[in-house]
Amino acid sequence: MQRVSLVINGNKVSREIEDRTLLSSLLRDILSLTGTHVGCDTSQCGACVVLVDGKSVKSCTLFAADIDGSKIITIEGLANNGKLHPIQEALKKHHGLQCGFCTPGMVMSVVDLLKNKKNPSDQEIRDWLKGNICRCTGYQNIVAAVKEAASKM
Amino acid sequence: MASLVGSRVERKEDKKFLTGKGRYTADINLANQTYAYFVRSPHARASISKVDVSKASNAPGVVKILTGDDLAEDKIGGLIAGWKIVSQDGTDMKVPAHPPLANNTVNYVGDHVAVVIAETLDQAREAADLVRVDYKVLKAVVKTSDALNSKPIHEGIDKNLCFDWGLGDKSKTDEAFSKAEKIIKIDLVNNRLIPNAMEPRASIGDYNPSSENLTLYTTNQNPHLTRLVLSAFCAIQPEHKFRVVAPDVGGGFGSKIYPYAEDAVIAWTAKKIERPVKWVAERTESFLSDCHGRDHITHAELAVKNDGKIVGLKVETIANLGGYASLFATVTPTYLYGPLVLGLYDIPVAFCNVKAVYTNTTPVDAYRGAGRPEATYMIERLVEKAAKEMGIDRAEFRSKNFISKFPHQQCLVHNIDSGDYSAHLNKALELSDYKNFENRRTESKSKGKLRGIGFSTYLEACGIAPSAVVMSIGAGVGLWESAEIRFNATGNISVFTGTHSHGQGHDTTFAQIVSDKLGVPIENIDLVHGDTDKGPFGMGTYGSRSLAVGGTAITKACDKIIDKGKKVAAHMLEAKPDEIDFKAGEFIVKNSNKKKTIGEIAFACYLPGQYGEIKSPLPEGVEPGLKETAFYDPVNFSFPAGTHICEVEVDQDTGETKVVAYTAVDDFGTVINPMIVEGQVHGGVVQGIGQALYENARYDESGQLITASYMDYTMPRANNLPELRIDYTSTPATSNPLGVKGCGEAGAIAAPPAVMNAVIDAIDIDISMPATSEKVCNALQKNKKNNKEAA
Repeated sequence: MQRVSLVINGNKVSREIEDRTLLSSLLRDILSLTGTHVGCDTSQCGACVVLVDGKSVKSCTLFAADIDGSKIITIEGLANNGKLHPIQEALKKHHGLQCGFCTPGMVMSVVDLLKNKKNPSDQEIRDWLKGNICRCTGYQNIVAAVKEAASKM
Repeated sequence: MASLVGSRVERKEDKKFLTGKGRYTADINLANQTYAYFVRSPHARASISKVDVSKASNAPGVVKILTGDDLAEDKIGGLIAGWKIVSQDGTDMKVPAHPPLANNTVNYVGDHVAVVIAETLDQAREAADLVRVDYKVLKAVVKTSDALNSKPIHEGIDKNLCFDWGLGDKSKTDEAFSKAEKIIKIDLVNNRLIPNAMEPRASIGDYNPSSENLTLYTTNQNPHLTRLVLSAFCAIQPEHKFRVVAPDVGGGFGSKIYPYAEDAVIAWTAKKIERPVKWVAERTESFLSDCHGRDHITHAELAVKNDGKIVGLKVETIANLGGYASLFATVTPTYLYGPLVLGLYDIPVAFCNVKAVYTNTTPVDAYRGAGRPEATYMIERLVEKAAKEMGIDRAEFRSKNFISKFPHQQCLVHNIDSGDYSAHLNKALELSDYKNFENRRTESKSKGKLRGIGFSTYLEACGIAPSAVVMSIGAGVGLWESAEIRFNATGNISVFTGTHSHGQGHDTTFAQIVSDKLGVPIENIDLVHGDTDKGPFGMGTYGSRSLAVGGTAITKACDKIIDKGKKVAAHMLEAKPDEIDFKAGEFIVKNSNKKKTIGEIAFACYLPGQYGEIKSPLPEGVEPGLKETAFYDPVNFSFPAGTHICEVEVDQDTGETKVVAYTAVDDFGTVINPMIVEGQVHGGVVQGIGQALYENARYDESGQLITASYMDYTMPRANNLPELRIDYTSTPATSNPLGVKGCGEAGAIAAPPAVMNAVIDAIDIDISMPATSEKVCNALQKNKKNNKEAA
């Protein structure tokens, strides 16, 4: 057991956890932040992506204890005072989500992309998103949404 | 208010998913909850002499460990095959017992042996490792092609044969073949797939010892049917004291239609220990225990005249059912497959034989398209081959054989109400710039790439079907749908449907229909589904049925609301009901300006009186309240159709095959929300591309699934795909008042043959799905070697 202190979505959080506790488990099972999903357990699908100190990270394969002191943003903390982030707006407008299960990870991944790339090309978007599997949309509308979000940022 | 039907209305359900407020089964946590972990068979086939739980029972945190013996002691029944198929010789299909926890034998890797319940998930998982199972490993039958020639894996099921089913007129078909000018033959494998909804399956059982009510939260596409099976067949809990809730469900694609062993065990266990029990599948458990799809071996022959007119079709298929017969496993390769082998062609005679076999693999059941992708793959590969062998252009060959007059009674089963197959073919030819394809091929060649083009003109049958008809051919339940429109006193509406939405956007599409019908703003309409305690019994979502059948039930319930509203409005406006028109949410006395809004009528129905005067707004004999229920039994299937054209480029050195252009022109009849329909086509096509190029469930010789994680089972990712070109034609269905046909499965049905025809056109070698880089590269190398030797 060890104590981990983090800032999650702007709130200071400190918990005594088992060494083996994964970040996804800390978020979902201990802090009830169930917007972060676990789809594959092998860091392939990306449903569990959150931002750790601004970088998109797969939370299902990261020990919470290893990131003591970090700042974390999850899907619950992305909208600003109820105002959706441009990628959240654009995914709605372009029907870039269906069942919604991969969506939180997809959104967090795109936030990281758009922070580093102002106007990504279709291919750059597709290459970036290869770590996020969506089984519903065929990705086309997600790509369209990312382009629109990029243009609005 | 502008009409919403036909508009790109943004989805009502999106905001919660975009902000992390979706509520999936795994997100639910109940007070005093325990955790379940399943002990699963590591062997494909074994007999079990003993399950020793003594050590595991003493492990920290263990609450209970239950085995097949406990299940038998409690007289919990087995899972069922829900559709009876009769063999050609008149005998009933052979179905083995399928207890939710194994009773002496296991029949696939992942089969359920015991369940460990503990205070935490880690404790359950750790204790599960201590359960000692004495297996006697038996020789497994793994390959589809081996089943008929192997010793039975289930006692008394000779040749592992579930049924040997025939459809069509064999002697007339043989006669047509004996006179045929040309016979085209093909041998095909339809690869086994794993549906892989992104949300792993999960179940939570919650028993209330005070009311004796049991609730099961589960990742499911049809909660009422799940309750029915778990109640009537598994005998876990009487239906009236049993609530099944399927909350937000993260994709289904068929794999979540059925009540699974885990659902039965979790519900039963929660009742037994009187504490909530939660189980969430790990991804590898999903790979092992979610029903798989497809897995056919087929030989087919087409009899053709020299001018290219098809005169007959023969199909012989072996369909792998896996270790047990799952709920819809027997109808998928028969009635959902056989009638569709004709495609959208006018073929005068045909015969289709299907032998369904058991093997020691995960059960196979309906996966997106269910039978229709297999049928379409067969006929579209065969037709493309015929056109090529006969030197006729692929579009012309198809066009020559299209059904062109409607209604059209096919020689096997279906009576097709509407369609215009040349319209979507011509539109697709234009959009894909077919006439300049050879230029593009030459251009690719100059870059060292092999380019190919492939077609798929498909027909599907959705919205299955009159209950009396389906039950006469073996269905265990009717396939009608229910709806309830419940006005609240303040004028907003709860719409209850028996269908279930797990990505399809019903909350929006169905609300669009109700908004147009009743003239109520869409934001005042809420769709309720997925809870057996809330709405009337319904049949769930699969087979692209929800809009054609469920949407029609909603329309009919709206009609009843309008009828009652007219009576009330007439009374309030001192007119006769037949003098009232209803339009855009208002009841208006003909040729007058006297009117009442539907909101005023709803208010009057719930508050029928006023202060100071004893006077009811309701006419005599009309009950208070404004709520109507409708059950709709479809009069026929609906028949979507379309043309998909795919172009691929193959790297000759690496075998890497890329889809470089894809055109889909579909006829779904009336489209309610084009944005949502496009999304369905995109997703379906990409799953079809997945089947054709990447996806394959592979077992080794001993029956171990060697593609049991996302590291090993390849699904399409964003960077594997081109921008799809999507367009429509429309011939409204005549079998339902909305004119809709269904769009959810079309892409997965149409795409595999379009892609494979393109691959084969590019490399000029016949290969099977999936056309992985390795397979294509080896085929090209082998060909090169053979050509060298021949020279």
